[in-house]
Amino acid sequence: MNAAPVLRAVSGGALGADRGRLALAVAAIALGVALGYAIHTVNRTAVAEFSTGVATLAGRADLVIRGPADGFDEAIYPRIARTAGVAVASPVVEADARLPGRTESLRLIGVDAFRAAAVTPALVGESDAALDLLEPDRVFLAPAAAAWLGLADGATLALQSGTGIVEFVVAGRVGAPAGRRLAVVDIAALQDAFGRRGRLTRIDVRIAPGAPPAGVRAAIAAALPPGVVVSAPDEEADIAARMTRAYRVNLDVLALVALFTGSLLVFTTQALSVARRRTSFALLRTLGLPRNRLAAIVAAEGAAIGAAGGVAGVAIGHALALALTRIVGADLGAGFFRGTAPMPAFSAGWALAYVGAGTAAAIAGAWLPAREAARAAPAAALKAGDDESAYARLARPWPGLACLAGALGLVGLPPVDGLPLAGYAAIALLLVGTLLLRPRLARGVLASVPRPRRVVAALALDSLRAAPAQAGVSLAAIVAAVALAVSMAIMVASFRTSLADWLDRVLPADVYLRAGGASSTAWIDAEARAALAGLPGVRRATFLRSVSIVPVAGDAPVTLLARDLDPARAGDALVLVDEGPLPAAGATPAWISEAWADRTGAKPGDTFELPLAGRRARFGVAGVFRDYARQTGAIVVERTDYGRLTGDDRASDAALWLAPGASAADVRAAIEARFGDGRLTVATAGEVRAVSLAIFDRTFAVTWVLEAAAIGIGLAGLSASFGALSLARRREFGVLRHLGMTRGELGAMLAWEGALVGGAGLSIGAALGGLIAVILVHVVNRQSFRWSMDLHLPAAELAAFGLAMVALAALTARASARRATATDAVAAVKDDW
Amino acid sequence: MIELVQVARRWPGPPPRPLFDGVSLTVARGELVAIVGESGSGKSTLLNLIAGLDTPDRGRVLVDGADLARLDDDARTRLRRERLGFVFQAFHVLPYLTVGQNVALPLALAGIGDTGTRVHAALAAVGLADRAHSRPRELSGGELQRVAIARALVHEPAVVLADEPTGNLDPRTATTVLALFGDVTRRRGAATVMATHSRAAARIADRVLALTPDGLVPADAQ
Repeated sequence: MNAAPVLRAVSGGALGADRGRLALAVAAIALGVALGYAIHTVNRTAVAEFSTGVATLAGRADLVIRGPADGFDEAIYPRIARTAGVAVASPVVEADARLPGRTESLRLIGVDAFRAAAVTPALVGESDAALDLLEPDRVFLAPAAAAWLGLADGATLALQSGTGIVEFVVAGRVGAPAGRRLAVVDIAALQDAFGRRGRLTRIDVRIAPGAPPAGVRAAIAAALPPGVVVSAPDEEADIAARMTRAYRVNLDVLALVALFTGSLLVFTTQALSVARRRTSFALLRTLGLPRNRLAAIVAAEGAAIGAAGGVAGVAIGHALALALTRIVGADLGAGFFRGTAPMPAFSAGWALAYVGAGTAAAIAGAWLPAREAARAAPAAALKAGDDESAYARLARPWPGLACLAGALGLVGLPPVDGLPLAGYAAIALLLVGTLLLRPRLARGVLASVPRPRRVVAALALDSLRAAPAQAGVSLAAIVAAVALAVSMAIMVASFRTSLADWLDRVLPADVYLRAGGASSTAWIDAEARAALAGLPGVRRATFLRSVSIVPVAGDAPVTLLARDLDPARAGDALVLVDEGPLPAAGATPAWISEAWADRTGAKPGDTFELPLAGRRARFGVAGVFRDYARQTGAIVVERTDYGRLTGDDRASDAALWLAPGASAADVRAAIEARFGDGRLTVATAGEVRAVSLAIFDRTFAVTWVLEAAAIGIGLAGLSASFGALSLARRREFGVLRHLGMTRGELGAMLAWEGALVGGAGLSIGAALGGLIAVILVHVVNRQSFRWSMDLHLPAAELAAFGLAMVALAALTARASARRATATDAVAAVKDDW
Repeated sequence: MIELVQVARRWPGPPPRPLFDGVSLTVARGELVAIVGESGSGKSTLLNLIAGLDTPDRGRVLVDGADLARLDDDARTRLRRERLGFVFQAFHVLPYLTVGQNVALPLALAGIGDTGTRVHAALAAVGLADRAHSRPRELSGGELQRVAIARALVHEPAVVLADEPTGNLDPRTATTVLALFGDVTRRRGAATVMATHSRAAARIADRVLALTPDGLVPADAQ
């Protein structure tokens, strides 16, 4: 059989008559691929950024020894340096230097220049005067830091130490990668200037040639106290990447939904195209074209749509990735990479993978229509008026019901490797199951609509009721788009409302102050605490110390929050979701966040150990609290208990309650007068709340873009199906024009049909979206981020969205059918006249 | 009721060619005129001109006293809705409506609310009073054409236009449908023009005219 004439006979008609709809399908796949590729590229850039960061700091180190953010005893260092198999050990102190008057801190690294030269040469300063490396008041800036601060060699850099100021002279540059804002000083100078005498945060180790790495690592691990761990640099990058993995996977999945919606548009296009060519196919089958060959050609049409969309999508996606990283950063607004400017790199492998994904999505969309084309009985298909039977096979209920049952079975399963894979699968099955059932659901919804009195509306309803399978084809993309939009709206509203409620509960004071976290060069000492408590207008002051701890080697850190609180009334300061009795003597009471409870399985009444100040301290779980601030978990203890266990008397944050009649502005002015302008970040509870919600909104901004894309694809699906169906109904429109229906009434009838399909899609999509939202809130979010939240229905927003969708559907249908309704009534029925 | 005065029309092409010129015709209320002619002679075009669906190159078309050249598209649509009935060769009964709903369509489009009695009467006139709730797919070809005749007459139009109304029917059914069509249109007093190839169809007409490039002539004169 000669292939070219057969291809022309099968597909030539489609390329001619469906050109516009094919272009729309290609555009939909391109959009899905573009979003997926862009999100993936940005995520890849983010992971690469973690590796670059670790590589910069670890240099040629084979092993990195790390402790809590506030450091560990430097007495460990000589023991490590003398360990058999260790060639060089380079001690390091890292700190986040607070810059008076700036909100962002500067990464400050203290190194021993002689040791660092052998392990991390990039961190050794370059200066005209070699002795500058040892001078205690000299600092070397990475180019990005120098540009950011606007400082040339010889300029003075003022950094905050506690609530005071220390000054350094810029002596030269360090060769950090482009975009990294960091500064290097002599290790002893850093320890002295920032109250870290006798403390290290890291030791970089090079193993001697020929020494067994595993043996050296084991020997070092044996010499380390609790809370100090040894790991390979790539393991550190992996931990950092894993901390953001759930966020990145969620975005990847969301982008894939856009691709899925695109595949539905291919389904719509191909289903309609196959229905339109049904008679031609029957004729070709009668003339001897094998069933499988016909199916393969129709599926190949889908593949061609997918490949074209995939190539365009990758090109658009790469441009989008460049724009996204430039505008919102490689973390897409989540704030993981402040102070860096990573750029996405093109990867041919991933580009091919996404072209393949677009092609696969389009083939999946074309598969059912291709199967229908092959299965249709030629004798029946040759008869006119057989159109609805072309879609009937798509209306079988069992595959859809099986998918829904599968979703129900998956929804209760636990996460896999920290990812809610069963939750994602349940959502996919819910979506696919509902889409498979949509002809029946459409019939049910349309049957429930009372027949309108207005003739054009009544005709529209009758037309749709008579062809539920055709209506179902129009519904596919719109149901998926509405489900996505509604589920995301409910999830985001639930999250935002829960976050706002949580902020109201955890911000009971009037004014909040922050010096810095455990790694910061700023802190609040006893004298400052007394001064704050004694400020005029301050009725009460409480303080908090925040410390990052690595409980187990190779695991993500947990934040220990030592705060002033009454153990008997912990619920006043924390949003408790579970409570237990205070532990018996021998264990210190601790309240754990939901994230930590999920990570460890701990519950009220249990005890656990944490490495603190080089020893293992025993804690008893007195309650579990909701915490939206720290994804890897937090543990709250009384500040006095923490001081007793560690000897650390510093505070990171303060909360001030104002006396009656006192104003926050006055207290803020008093703080600045006492400590200096910008030494402490001061904000009212309302300001903290507003900033937190603004960060939330920025983080979720990208989800609205993806949603808008899905809705656009959904409407494009409606447009494609109405365009095709209305062309197939030209004769009907001609008859109605003969009978006295004006063009305006014809347009109104189609607008009603669009509104009815849009309404049906909205009803089905909203119900599906509600179910997906429940899974997102209670399964996906909980398992991804370990955050619980209360379900909140944004009724007004959803109602407005629903009205807008129905109106858009009506307008889309009216506009898409313009070509068919504009056809001359005589020409439309010319077979007769 | 129907008046054509020196009407000329060219086939727009491609390629363009003259169809007919100098066509004049008057059809009175209750009269049934059959137009015969070769394929491509312009019979359907002539019906389109009377329906206001096409405009002549020259001459005037008046329907129920209205000069179509003076009416805009909406006014011509209203004229069709209120004063014209159509019977098509392929029936064109809307498949998603019941038989009764199909027949009621012209009344509904004209904004007439209570259609039950008139629909029943129209269906009874074509012998389908008991099929009002049937779906078109349940009917035979002859029954479908009777539904189309009921739909064409339910709103008691002044003018009925039919193009090959028996073209899709077997001879026996065609004879039955034609007899019914002639009887019903005359009883309702409609001026009826029917384009046909069929001699049997032409036999029920009061006058049979042949369409030639130079106008209408009595068929027996050819």
